[in-house]
Amino acid sequence: MSAHLPVLLIVVPLLAAPLAALVRHPRGSWVVALGASWWALGVSIALLMRVLADGTISYEIGGWAAPWGIEYRIDVANAFVLLIVSGIGAVVTPYARVSVEREVEAARIPLFHTAFILCLTGLLGIAVTGDVFNVFVFLEISSLSAYALIALGQDRRALTSAYQYLVMGSVGATFIVIGIGLLYVMTGTLNMADLAVRLPEVAATRTIPVAFAFLTVGICLKLALFPLHLWLPNAYTFAPSSVTAFIASTATKVAVYMLLRFFFTVFGAAFSFDVMQLDMVLMPLALVAIVSMSLVAIYQQNAKRLLAYSSLAQIGYMILGISLASVTGVTAGILHLFNHALMKGALFMTLGCVMYRVGSVRVEAMAGLGKTMPWTMAAFVIGGLSLIGVPLTVGFVSKWYLVLAALEQGLWPLAVVVLLGSLLAVMYVWKVVEVAYFQPPPDGDPPAEAPLSLLVPTWALVVANLYFGIDAKLTAGVAMRAAEALLGVGQ
Amino acid sequence: MDDRVILRVGAKFLIPFILLFALYVQFHGDYGPGGGFQAGVIFAAAFVLYALVYGLPNAERAMPPRVVYICSALGVVIYAGVGVVTLLKGANFLDYGVLAHDPEHGQHYGILFVELGVLTTVFGVMVTVFYAFAGRGRKDG
Amino acid sequence: MRLLGLYNYWVVIVLMMVGFYTIIARDNLVKKLIGLSIFQTSVFMLYISMGRIHGGTAPILMEGTDVVYSNPLPHVLILTAIVVGVATTAVGLSLVIRINEAYGTVEEDEIHSQDESL
Repeated sequence: MSAHLPVLLIVVPLLAAPLAALVRHPRGSWVVALGASWWALGVSIALLMRVLADGTISYEIGGWAAPWGIEYRIDVANAFVLLIVSGIGAVVTPYARVSVEREVEAARIPLFHTAFILCLTGLLGIAVTGDVFNVFVFLEISSLSAYALIALGQDRRALTSAYQYLVMGSVGATFIVIGIGLLYVMTGTLNMADLAVRLPEVAATRTIPVAFAFLTVGICLKLALFPLHLWLPNAYTFAPSSVTAFIASTATKVAVYMLLRFFFTVFGAAFSFDVMQLDMVLMPLALVAIVSMSLVAIYQQNAKRLLAYSSLAQIGYMILGISLASVTGVTAGILHLFNHALMKGALFMTLGCVMYRVGSVRVEAMAGLGKTMPWTMAAFVIGGLSLIGVPLTVGFVSKWYLVLAALEQGLWPLAVVVLLGSLLAVMYVWKVVEVAYFQPPPDGDPPAEAPLSLLVPTWALVVANLYFGIDAKLTAGVAMRAAEALLGVGQ
Repeated sequence: MDDRVILRVGAKFLIPFILLFALYVQFHGDYGPGGGFQAGVIFAAAFVLYALVYGLPNAERAMPPRVVYICSALGVVIYAGVGVVTLLKGANFLDYGVLAHDPEHGQHYGILFVELGVLTTVFGVMVTVFYAFAGRGRKDG
Repeated sequence: MRLLGLYNYWVVIVLMMVGFYTIIARDNLVKKLIGLSIFQTSVFMLYISMGRIHGGTAPILMEGTDVVYSNPLPHVLILTAIVVGVATTAVGLSLVIRINEAYGTVEEDEIHSQDESL
């Protein structure tokens, strides 16, 4: 059975989703969701171990051989992404039970869990597949369920932000389909590995750069790179807490993975960066994103929105690493993918705890929480330190690699911008910490500490923040091998 | 409603044929044009026509929302279930060849069962969408 | 005349721009969704027309070996994309209905002014 793990990773959650809908009982459907997400984590770990030991895994759906049938192809890069997505899924699902019971009406909870598993399935599918059209199908599975999840937020603005996300996300996905169609016109294949072989023959035509442009814009819309980020702050702010924690730490990461896969595997680094000069587009945008989005974050009055803008800045770091197109740079990008998922997951989950007890995540509502909810706020502080990039946290590791990659190519101004971004991060994290620790709590009943079922998953991610910050050998080693696999060196 | 005799009689006459045509499209969907998606939409169209002519309450009696809801989830289970059966028989996911004594018959069965799953879900979702949209304004006045 | 010979691409481009313009320029949420549908439809046309082969017939197996078939793969892909488009429109419209219930309007500027006054 272990030969079928790549497809079982997708099929078990896919079967679990309708089962969760059929159960029709809040707790029952949650148990189904929990089983599916933990199954996905187990399979992802097994797959990563196998890829690290034996190399690339290929699986033919329906027994049809690769260029004709759909192939699931797993190398170190997507095995790592699978681990991120399923890991966050496995931590957020236990958290979701209590959080969702508070924020979503009971009749909708089974459907919430259905949509949640479908979203997880879609994201895992994007990472696992080796077929470009299959990428689009899974992308839409995850996006459509994400729109529904965001619309379940309590505020009525959740509806408008889900609508905005739907329109922009669909435009982005359609751009991706156009790009894929143009690639198919020129090569007659949809398999990524096969495309990589056939594209160089036709790379000189006018069609391929057009396809490249459509794919770039479409994927950048999905990963919310400045200036295509307009859907993100509202969607993160008004979604239910557990949805924000899940989507913020997985959806944009998977989109970054798509970018890596298309530009390095399908088009090849030489075409993307030497012929099309992608770095000339990505690098300035990444730098603007880091500085401007951090500045905007400082002025936010809603802690969730503050973190959403910080996410946009952090996406800038990932893209900056990728745009360097060196092994160290791509390593830094992939590493930050993992690390940012850990820190933003933890931070948004602490805000979920605050939402549960206080009922608001506006900064001024968090006054005095350092005393009344010490564990929650301690988790926020550690997550915030990680966001800044203080040593002994994961944030430091990825920034270290990023600065290293910039200096390697003599681009010291980039290193300066990275450090400037950290300074700005100090300012917006401090804004929340100051209110929570140095302002007296409002009169009346002080809120109690968050329940254990929320705190334990949150602290699981916080501990991961510290653990992988102290012992970066594992993550950095895997990220380095993933970067080498993508760039096609050192095999 | 009672004065639209032509509509009522016409709909009653048409609906069985629409349902039959849906099944025709479904069962010719293995090696010919057709298949579960189209069949599911046609099948749902019959109930939408019924609801338009006889009113939503009657349609909901004929096809209760609960059944429709179960259908839309059940289809995915059928679809993925076929894949799991092929896995259990030792082949790859959705490799229909092992479903019968020889691969050709296996492909026939596999496609028909998978399309049955698609039909169930598409029918369920289409009618759910119709009920949801048609029911909204009515309840809120 | 060469440009006219590629009329299928002109159809695609015109539809695409009409749809895209509607998405950007209209304030009405339903009209935006209509624009999105037109935009997606243009892509369907792109795929379907590229599967066509001159003198090719529908790809249903026939007797004889000298039959030229059109390429069925783009058509199958677009069948999937149509389903996705239907799902997107359905989700979008249900969001619009709920927005209408929450705000009493489907005009974007009126929704914005209501939220700002909160």
